[in-house]
Amino acid sequence: MSFPWAKEYQPTNGLTKFLDEKLPLPRLVYNAVGAGYPVPRNLSYFWNFGVLAGFFLVLQIVTGVILAMHYAANAQIAFASTEHIMRDVNWGWMLRYAHANGASFFFIVVYIHIFRGLFYSSYKAPREMIWLLGVVIFLLMMATAFMGYVLPWGQMSFWGAKVITGLFGAIPLVGEPIQIWLLGGFAPDNAALNRFFSLHFLLPFVIAGVVILHIWALHIPGSSNPTGIEVKSESDTVPFHPYYTAKDGFGLGVALIAYCLLVFFLPNYLGHPDNYIEANPLSTPAHIVPEWYFWPFYAILRAFTADFLIVPAKLMGVLAMFSAILMWFFLPWLDRNPVRSGHYRPLFRKFFWFGLIPAMAVLFYCGGAPAEEPYVMLSQIATAYYFLHFLVILPIVSSIEKTEPLPTSITAAVLGSDKEVVKGEAAEPVAV
Amino acid sequence: MADTAATADTSLAHDTAPETDGMRRRDFVNVAAVSAAGVGGLAVLYPLISQMSPSRDVLAESSTELDVSAIQPGQAIKAVFRKQPLFVRRLTPAEIAAANAVPVDSLRDPQTLAERTKEGHEDMLITMGVCTHLGCVPLGAGEGEIKGEFGGYFCPCHGSSYDTAARIRKGPAPKNLEVPDYEFTSDTKVVVG
Amino acid sequence: MRQLVTPRLIALFVGLFFVLAVLWAFVTGAGTVIGQGYLKEANAEQEFHKHPNKYEFGFNGPLGKWDQRQLQRGLKVYDEVCAACHSLKYVAFRDLAALGLTEGQIKAYAAKKVVPGIDPVTGETTTRPGLPTDYFPSPYPNEIAARAANNNAVPPDLSLITKARHDGTNYVASLLTGFQEQPPELLKKFPEAKTPAGLHYNPYFANLNLAMAPPLTTSGQVTFDDGSPSDVQSMAKDVAAFLTWTAEPNLVKRRQTGWAVMVFLLFATVLAYMSKQQIWSAVKPKTKD
Repeated sequence: MSFPWAKEYQPTNGLTKFLDEKLPLPRLVYNAVGAGYPVPRNLSYFWNFGVLAGFFLVLQIVTGVILAMHYAANAQIAFASTEHIMRDVNWGWMLRYAHANGASFFFIVVYIHIFRGLFYSSYKAPREMIWLLGVVIFLLMMATAFMGYVLPWGQMSFWGAKVITGLFGAIPLVGEPIQIWLLGGFAPDNAALNRFFSLHFLLPFVIAGVVILHIWALHIPGSSNPTGIEVKSESDTVPFHPYYTAKDGFGLGVALIAYCLLVFFLPNYLGHPDNYIEANPLSTPAHIVPEWYFWPFYAILRAFTADFLIVPAKLMGVLAMFSAILMWFFLPWLDRNPVRSGHYRPLFRKFFWFGLIPAMAVLFYCGGAPAEEPYVMLSQIATAYYFLHFLVILPIVSSIEKTEPLPTSITAAVLGSDKEVVKGEAAEPVAV
Repeated sequence: MADTAATADTSLAHDTAPETDGMRRRDFVNVAAVSAAGVGGLAVLYPLISQMSPSRDVLAESSTELDVSAIQPGQAIKAVFRKQPLFVRRLTPAEIAAANAVPVDSLRDPQTLAERTKEGHEDMLITMGVCTHLGCVPLGAGEGEIKGEFGGYFCPCHGSSYDTAARIRKGPAPKNLEVPDYEFTSDTKVVVG
Repeated sequence: MRQLVTPRLIALFVGLFFVLAVLWAFVTGAGTVIGQGYLKEANAEQEFHKHPNKYEFGFNGPLGKWDQRQLQRGLKVYDEVCAACHSLKYVAFRDLAALGLTEGQIKAYAAKKVVPGIDPVTGETTTRPGLPTDYFPSPYPNEIAARAANNNAVPPDLSLITKARHDGTNYVASLLTGFQEQPPELLKKFPEAKTPAGLHYNPYFANLNLAMAPPLTTSGQVTFDDGSPSDVQSMAKDVAAFLTWTAEPNLVKRRQTGWAVMVFLLFATVLAYMSKQQIWSAVKPKTKD
């Protein structure tokens, strides 16, 4: 579906006419990210992060394929081959740091993208499918990032692989056989390293496929916007190109500046020193932590320190950790208030800024901290709020909340009145 | 991009009609921004391409030291240079005479034996063991291997025959077996590469 | 809309289940805390461990550069002191060109080192003089030998040591100069934390007691060719600088590339901003986004 005023692709010369007839790829691009895709005119910079996520996915695939040309997935030489990349391969140090920090940036961008979706309730009808596919992408990203971190075969790689596959050991009855099956042995070794490498290479392409579905699903209802009201007329939209290509170009520039500062000046800032020690199955580092992007979920895992009813603590933690993400699948059916944007939902907004965001911050912090007090108790409170927020507060708030009045249209929201846009008007400063 | 921007401008037509001068300045900004992105993209290609050329450790291994004292006249050894076979052969007086008897002009790749050896060591023929046709390893360096009809090397892949100076005499190979850069550091020591 | 109550009701129960489980864990944990006191028992490690001192190095900061002479001095300290027990296996002799050594010097340096080889006639393992393409040889044939020779503590490889420790460069310099008698107040407070025989007290080491004996003990232990001071402090700093280079040989090149990239990106981003402003000027009121 597209808006009736969407511009239609016009092939101009022989080649584009030929292509349009045989393989209308230019038309597809024109309608997807070109002038043929009308987008709400009021998107804020929070709407840049989808394109940025796409950029970092491509960056990771390009640098990853290149690193795979030099890396050797064999437990005997994996660590040395990483050092070979860092020391001897032309520009190898840059490619590896670009890939390692690219993963972090991909997660930063995606976390902002997700929290934008949560605040503006972008998951609500008619955009449920976009959200569901997004959660799938996030899960695939986590699996990919975990397996990628194992590849340098440092101490954190090894113990990360051991601890995370150990989670499956919590499953009653079949847990231990599953863990042994996952590793292809009793501890991480060649078999595990090789399969992680293979899957780490494969999954990004699966992610790219789901991303295409995610964008396809986006183009059915069109983009949401900060007011959360639907597009009503042509004056509510601008064509994606050149308006949002230009805005995304600028956003990309800013993101790249931050990213390159990290790559070139602090490349190991987000990493852990222990991963520069080769894997040693006989000695665990004093303080093992996953990469920072897993911290909130790692904190939830560790928050369950006591057996509950018939469920052992270990299983409870694993269940909670997976549920913490899986429950996002049900969000569109938990939050039923027809008003989307947090800007017009005073109660929801309070819980979002003073509940969810602080809870996430605490979980992030505690996930990276050692498993001792007061971090455990703090993460227990934050975990309780996290589940309360999504499964209890959100459904209740969405039923009882009295929302604020919405603007009549996107144009009205932008211009501060409901006047039709006429020539010469929009460029004038409008008092807010 | 500038084109579409201009179209979008007119279709939305919210601005006052732009004067020609203004239009040009605006186009310039857009062209400059797109060009900058293009330049950046091209610059990024450089490391992405150069990472595939030999790494520092590979380049560092590009010289080989050999002791040739044990090679008797008529014998040859195979050594390794840049992960490729290297033929080191001590020629007999008869082989030298045979090589010098060939009129140079009649050769496909005209070179004298003297040009292919070092002064004072005319009996040491050091060549790559890589057929100049498509890269197979010719026979003739090992004990008992056939040397082809010219008494030098014979490549079994496509039948190229080399003479006692390892010059191409028959078959599809275009060039003589390559003589790598090398020097004698003493009477018995050779450094190749 | 009535059927929509059901998923929310299920969510409510699932949510309460997790909330109760984690609150139960909280209560049990809190019970323990109340029973045993809030803070964990203090231990000697927590109280007497010191973070590395901050040292001045030429390569510090975004514009820093290697001091080749300092790196060469550090190499000499490694060679004459550390190399007796510690390997440097990711560094090749050819890499020393970055320290300003000429090809001839590297060759001569490598030739003085003994590296494992194979006898070309008998095929038996033997040793031979090093070549520039060889890597720094390990002082022990394998880990078991290293363990046996060092009272069960394997001396770590030093190639990456400054990246494998927090604030690694300062850590190495601090550790090498940090050997001392155990402070009396420590022994008074934690009598059981007395340094065991065979270990050495060092507050910069994570658990305070280090198997390595003080390696740099006397001024002039290493004689520097350039006449630089060779007190313990200077030797420690020089070898820390050298080990920073071995861990990240591309450090300076990386930052220089970074500067070029940053200048370009700033320029391109400003252009992108101007272009975006120009394109949006047609539709966008200036006071609201």
